[in-house]
Amino acid sequence: MSLFNFFQLLQYSSLLSAMRSSPWIFPVIASIHLMGLALIGGAVLLVDLRLLGLGMRNQPLPQIARYAERWFVVSLAILLPTGIVQFMCFAATKYYYMKAFWIKMAALVLALLFTFAVRRRVVMADETRMSPPRNKLVAGVSLALWGTVAVAGRWIGLP
Amino acid sequence: MSLLRFCEWLAATPGSIALHESRYLYLVVLSVHVLTLCLFVGTAAMIDLRLIGMTMQRVRFSEVMERLLPWTAAGFLLMIVSGSLLFYAAPLLRYQNIFFRAKMVVLVLSAVNVWIFRNTVDRRRTEWGSDPVPPRGARWSGGVALVLWAVLIVLGRMIPYQVYWFDCNKQPQPAILNLLAGCITGSR
Repeated sequence: MSLFNFFQLLQYSSLLSAMRSSPWIFPVIASIHLMGLALIGGAVLLVDLRLLGLGMRNQPLPQIARYAERWFVVSLAILLPTGIVQFMCFAATKYYYMKAFWIKMAALVLALLFTFAVRRRVVMADETRMSPPRNKLVAGVSLALWGTVAVAGRWIGLP
Repeated sequence: MSLLRFCEWLAATPGSIALHESRYLYLVVLSVHVLTLCLFVGTAAMIDLRLIGMTMQRVRFSEVMERLLPWTAAGFLLMIVSGSLLFYAAPLLRYQNIFFRAKMVVLVLSAVNVWIFRNTVDRRRTEWGSDPVPPRGARWSGGVALVLWAVLIVLGRMIPYQVYWFDCNKQPQPAILNLLAGCITGSR
């Protein structure tokens, strides 16, 4: 089965067909996805601003990171299911052909890998209240990756 | 001049028409408005979560406010500017949109909630600012604020979906909907 066939299978399942016929379900799910966007924005910014020497700069970095990580995980638990349902609604007729969708997926994978494999280590190891250039670089990469996810995501919804 | 007349006048100004008919500018403004959620509601939610004792419990509330509120304020400014432009691009369409009207009401409720907090429990911040879980009044303010942010997001997202359900130009409609949306029925 090709990827396209799989997308077709998703979009034309009876559950998804029923969802598409309601004018309400899609925007309501999109709204919940936006709540997740706002929350993950807060969780990402809390750590990245701190890495840049801004925001909660008087608190130890690992402590702020632990607080933020809980809400980061909650955000993902909101964003992933609502995102997957939105994707399934138009998988074969829209998303498969959209460059923005594939850019968002690529950026999302990179952002998640970077957040858990790189940023997490840097942040948890930092016991100083300084903001060395390395921290600024990590924050910059994190903001660029999540920014790409957000902008590409917005781009999917544009006419 | 009635609000409706004002919106009609505003909709006929060259700037409004240009923004409405622009190929990219309108979409850029819309995207800025949506993505600013991360900055505005994101940082506001962190402050509200601190108020209900669900994050940064070991950080004084004053410090959270001092360090995060400027970012929330910057986000708010960006929201107001981009939101005003979105209104300016289609004044009548917004004015006669039930979700837009409800969103403005909820925005006022949010402001009232902040005002109440600032003038009651926040006045005694020195007494509870170091508590991991603030007193009941503060928790109410934070909880109400979080719910109102969520409602604002839903109402904002629903604004363009009104046409699938209801439109002043498609009459007859139930009288209550015409009233809520400010539709003009018959001659005036």
